[in-house]
Amino acid sequence: MLDDFFIRALIAGVGVAIVTGPLGCFVVWRRLSYFGDTLAHSALLGVTLAYSMEFNIAFSVFIISSLIALTLIQLQKRTNLPGDALLGLLAHSSLAIGLVVIGFLSFIRFDIMGLLFGDILAVTVNDLLIIWIGGALILLVLKLIWKPLFASTVNYELAEAEGLNPDRAKAIFTILMAAIIAISIKMVGLLLITGMLIIPAAMARNISSSPQKMVMYSIIGGLLSVILGLFSSLEFNTASGPSIIAASLLLFILSLLNIKQSIKLKN
Amino acid sequence: MSRNNMNSNQNILVKLNGAGFSLNNKWLVKGVSLQVEKGKIVTLIGPNGSGKSTTAKIALGIYKKIDGSVEKYTSKVGYVPQKISIDWTLPLRVNDFMVLTESISNELIDEALSLTGVIHLKDKNLGDLSGGEFQRVLLARAISKKPELLVLDEPVQGVDFTGEIALYELIKKISDELNCGILLISHDLHTVMSATDHVVCLNGHVCCSGSPMDVAKNNEYKALFGEQASQILSRYEHRHDHVHTSEGEIKKN
Repeated sequence: MLDDFFIRALIAGVGVAIVTGPLGCFVVWRRLSYFGDTLAHSALLGVTLAYSMEFNIAFSVFIISSLIALTLIQLQKRTNLPGDALLGLLAHSSLAIGLVVIGFLSFIRFDIMGLLFGDILAVTVNDLLIIWIGGALILLVLKLIWKPLFASTVNYELAEAEGLNPDRAKAIFTILMAAIIAISIKMVGLLLITGMLIIPAAMARNISSSPQKMVMYSIIGGLLSVILGLFSSLEFNTASGPSIIAASLLLFILSLLNIKQSIKLKN
Repeated sequence: MSRNNMNSNQNILVKLNGAGFSLNNKWLVKGVSLQVEKGKIVTLIGPNGSGKSTTAKIALGIYKKIDGSVEKYTSKVGYVPQKISIDWTLPLRVNDFMVLTESISNELIDEALSLTGVIHLKDKNLGDLSGGEFQRVLLARAISKKPELLVLDEPVQGVDFTGEIALYELIKKISDELNCGILLISHDLHTVMSATDHVVCLNGHVCCSGSPMDVAKNNEYKALFGEQASQILSRYEHRHDHVHTSEGEIKKN
């Protein structure tokens, strides 16, 4: 059954959506969309290094993204530059270095489009293992740090005062972000990973009244987007990443209609 | 450590030894020594910008790069901050907020919300509450986990007049029933004088401290509050034998 590329892509996509659901909620709550973008841009460098050293892509992307995240934390401590300037600096410089390195690797054929926008044909059984084992680990760690991370998202000082160690939770969450980008890069592509994190979560925000519900709807939204997106990718021969993101946008628009209805009901 | 020594110290929940905190080379507060014991209410008074909230945050361990030292003997802490900004990108009901830092039973949640008079708001979105209602929820959250140390930074701000009195009575009752120590910041001198075991008057440093009676007799306190003693609730004037420079230094007049 796993011989069929489409089934493989579907299993991979479902695995990715289950993990991006809860992480995406935190990205929306903590206003980290540009942080996600920065890590995703730096992933190109990770991919090129993986190619040049014949290394596993997911692992290489994870290492580079983690390094970029740690660099950001250090820069925030040492300079007075605003966060978005630092993010832009890291995103574009790591993207530029990645592209320069690609220039040096002219002997390797690159599927740049696949890298940027995802390629369902490229998902191997090996990738499935990485996605599902990596995804399970990410969710396990997220569950362990949920309380301090959530409490400090609501209010940092309350979490700190009542002994929850929010700084440690934040650092661990940063590593989880690098990990989700690493495992979903083949599926969604590095330009669109942040969309996979944000759009289902944003859709879920529109229709949920509690944090738990938002996480649940975000997962469901992600799953529907992946299934819809992959089938249309197969049908119309489009890249998998954009198809999935377009499907999630469709769900987001539907969730807006729901808001209007509930406002009408309130009045 | 000898057994005797332990006994004499075992009631202490948090102790500040010459603690101070500076931000951008300016001292917010300096040289504060105080301790909060089980079952006792310690109140910080002083004008705006005198370092009351800073002192509370030092005691809580929110500020870490401090002068002096903090000894904390409990991890069961409830905190009502003076200012709280909650991001409304979070769909958060009162019920979710109550279990934010510790998972507690439904009965304890209901009990705490009833005590502060907001049980009817349990399923409401936090963003839909009024200032006073939110303040009551904050207090309920802090007491619901039955902490050993409560730090209350102006816990009744924005609460209506009758509610204010009831909440201060509740705070006193909690201190007695749970035998927890309370570090209270309040502008209400009447409450301070009637319900407090120990008063610390701050103005960037400790101006004076002691039992309410002792403090009331203190010359510096008299300079602060004495002349308006009869109008204690309505007026509050701060006068000193010294001035504070912008660098946080103290100069005698």
